[in-house]
Amino acid sequence: MKRIIPIVVLTLLCISCADNERTSAAAPPAPADQVLVTGAGASFPYPIYSKWFDQYHRMFPQININYQSIGSGGGIRQVMEGTVDFGASDGPMTDDQLKQAKIKILHFPTVLGAVVPVYNIPGVTQEINFTPEVLAGIFLGKITKWSDPELKKANPAVNLPDKNIVVIHRSDGSGTTYVWVDYLSKISPEWKSKVGVNTSVNWPVGLGGKNNEGVAGLVKQTPNSLGYVELIYAIQNKMSYGKVRNSEGTFVKADLASVTAAAAATVKTMPADFRVSITNSPGKDAYPISSFTWLLIPSKIQDQTKKKVIKDFLQWMLTDGQNMVEALSYAKLPKEVVAMEQKALASIE
Amino acid sequence: MDSPSTVAGRMGARSRARAFRQRLQHGDQIAHLITLIFAATIIVITALLFYELYTSAAPTREKFGWRFLTGTTWDPVALDFGALPFIYGTLVTSALALIIGVPLGVGAAIFLAELAPLRLSAGLAFIIELLAAVPSVIYGLLAIFTLVPFLREYVTPLLGEIVGFIPLFQGVSYGVSLLAGGSILAIMILPFIISISREVLLAVPREQREASLALGATRWETAWNVVVPYAKAGIIGSIFLALARALGETMAVTMVIGNDPRINLSLFAPGYSIAAVIANEFSEATSGIHISALIELGFVLFCITIVVNAAARLLILTTRRKASGA
Repeated sequence: MKRIIPIVVLTLLCISCADNERTSAAAPPAPADQVLVTGAGASFPYPIYSKWFDQYHRMFPQININYQSIGSGGGIRQVMEGTVDFGASDGPMTDDQLKQAKIKILHFPTVLGAVVPVYNIPGVTQEINFTPEVLAGIFLGKITKWSDPELKKANPAVNLPDKNIVVIHRSDGSGTTYVWVDYLSKISPEWKSKVGVNTSVNWPVGLGGKNNEGVAGLVKQTPNSLGYVELIYAIQNKMSYGKVRNSEGTFVKADLASVTAAAAATVKTMPADFRVSITNSPGKDAYPISSFTWLLIPSKIQDQTKKKVIKDFLQWMLTDGQNMVEALSYAKLPKEVVAMEQKALASIE
Repeated sequence: MDSPSTVAGRMGARSRARAFRQRLQHGDQIAHLITLIFAATIIVITALLFYELYTSAAPTREKFGWRFLTGTTWDPVALDFGALPFIYGTLVTSALALIIGVPLGVGAAIFLAELAPLRLSAGLAFIIELLAAVPSVIYGLLAIFTLVPFLREYVTPLLGEIVGFIPLFQGVSYGVSLLAGGSILAIMILPFIISISREVLLAVPREQREASLALGATRWETAWNVVVPYAKAGIIGSIFLALARALGETMAVTMVIGNDPRINLSLFAPGYSIAAVIANEFSEATSGIHISALIELGFVLFCITIVVNAAARLLILTTRRKASGA
């Protein structure tokens, strides 16, 4: 089915292209023209993207933006091959991928998300504190019991049971996994050399659940388990998630403010192409397992109408659109990043 | 050639043309041609599938060669791929499904076809066919919420206590495991085995039963010694159809198998199946060699099903020959 959708979209696209070319030659941004722009990629920002595209369609009924949440990998592949007008990804494209792409592709951060450690320990109702060493130790299979001295040191007030920790990770390739292991490899050299960073990795320990639902389901069902899910998912499903100690030594609970703080702390070092990882970011209030999610836009768009639609949309997304994100539990972009992106918009030709 | 025969030839050609037209009018030739094309598409599709999988897997075939089949590491970061844990998981869960599903399925079919009152049999058959139409993700949900906790709380501790000395039933169980994957598959293939076997058993001629009963056999003896052997080929066919389904099942398995690419002897340990890893990783795979490895896994699964089907054919052939020889 997933393979069919792009083909259908592509066919629609061809039809609409033919249409647009005919009309755009006469009057480029004529408002009466129907424009269909297609995109594909990450599923993590899908709720806010579909809300944005829907809202944008209501404001400009002639503009239809069709977005398929086929996964970050699929989004990157399709935008590289030029089968969609734009892609979306939870992890930035690698240098190799950028080189292989037919046209230069630009990254535009849209919102911020966080990944949180969720657990199910029967009899423990307090919030649990996680240090980077503990998280890396557990996921490397070195810390195997909840009563481990490292865990006890971080949680002196909690009566942790002498039970084995059941580690639960994502089995499907996902941006959530990318952010999680990106964090682990920043705080643990051993993780970096042994396991590395990717949307799916060779896990040293643990059970795999499919999707956020799968991980959440396994954690809820399995006593003494520890997994990771997106912050939004944990909030919506009222799961207990722990605080994580950030690079400044404070234990921070993930919320919209602490995620935005993580982004704000990296503003000064933000590269011009926005391909930046903000895990383990500096800043006293920063939640360390946070990440941008990006729209991938080709730097050259042949179709004038589409180019205008995409640029207009991005401009709207960076201003009015940002006011809609918190209602869906995503964190807003810091103002400085918005300003940088608005400048970068001009480089789309 | 002399002239009369040319004339005759011309006449012959003309009459042949007329005959051809006539046959066309009656539709025979057209029907023949059209159905031939339909039949040929099957071969073309299979051949294309085979070719496409084989050529798309070229990068991994060149890089790993036969080592792909024996390797036990699956590392998308280091781009080191071995398929053995997935082949193992696929075969073990399917075998488990058959071990649990075949006695249950065939037993139920015998009851429905031979021993149950007709009204009960027809009603149950309807429900069984309904079961075959339930989407696999529904079975997966059922497995997560009822089967897995049930296995974890009751079945595995019990098995561990009774037959724990066998390595197959050792270790800690978290519920999601090869055992859970095999059990849900068993439930899913039951409707296939039951409904096809029941049809086959019902198709056994009445005279066979009457003859056996006339010789003084009981109903059970008739069913077991006469009807079942007569229908053996069909029952084996149903089992292999079920096996093909079990090998390729994706959603329900990935939801309960634990998705851990390691080879564990214990059935309580998590595992991973070929179909599950393809579904899990394909949409997010970005590097060419990772995609190629997943496609080659698909190719391996395709080959496994071909082998299984061929084995089924052979088995049916030999049982038929034995039956007719006796």
